[in-house]
Amino acid sequence: MTTETKEPQVQQTQSAEQPTKSGLAYRPNVDILETENELTLVMDVPGVERESLDIDFAEGMLTVQARVAQRYAANQRFLLREYGIGGYYRSFQVGEQIDVNGISAEYADGVLRIHLPKAEAAKPGKIAVNVAS
Amino acid sequence: MVLRRLNTGSPVTQLRHEMDWLVQDFFGRGSRPVAPTTAGFPALNVWEDGDSLFAEAELPGVKSEDLDISVMAGDLTIQGRRSTMAGEGVAFHRQERGAGQFNRVIRLPFEVDAPRVEASLRDGVLLVKLPKAESAKPKKIAIRAAE
Repeated sequence: MTTETKEPQVQQTQSAEQPTKSGLAYRPNVDILETENELTLVMDVPGVERESLDIDFAEGMLTVQARVAQRYAANQRFLLREYGIGGYYRSFQVGEQIDVNGISAEYADGVLRIHLPKAEAAKPGKIAVNVAS
Repeated sequence: MVLRRLNTGSPVTQLRHEMDWLVQDFFGRGSRPVAPTTAGFPALNVWEDGDSLFAEAELPGVKSEDLDISVMAGDLTIQGRRSTMAGEGVAFHRQERGAGQFNRVIRLPFEVDAPRVEASLRDGVLLVKLPKAESAKPKKIAIRAAE
């Protein structure tokens, strides 16, 4: 990875709508925040029920998929139609400074938060001292 | 039938989640004044059945107490705010989710029974149900058989 200091730990790997098993999915908007102890991904996935969320981490890749139940009748006619409804898909490359086993997530009000705790070595002020034995 | 949009912002043509939060720029980029209203946010899907008009909007992370929905003089107004996660010791690496205030007004295509308007917020989706006034309901015309 050749980024400078802005985004060292989480790199988005997809930039467009991605085909999933169930067809095209929307790419949810995301904020990526960093505090002293963790990186937090905050993702807008309105219309998703908690049980329909699928968060997966494998080989350094964090993947979020969500199904959305159709809310309209198939032949629904609209007076105004400004957005479509579908599932969500987005994935991120996670750097090795993350404590993978400590990853957790919470969901409320259409917003998914994924907590990526920093590995001890990545926290500021921590200096590893090798003791010669 | 077309609903007239009072906000004359960019035309919303894409059936995508285009979150046009043209709102307070709490990062202080540029010198844009704080916009009191937002053109085109939230995006709306509007439909009707025989009894009611339905307006739906995606408002993830907006609490019901931060939402104000009103019907007045034939307009439906949806306004509210979404708070930012910015704070002390927080650095943003990516910021795609908007925050700040929004205000959307649409003209209703017919008279509604304002006291019976209901709204619900579930999983970040707002649904406003606006029962039609009696005068706006379709009338079934009975045809008398000729005698």
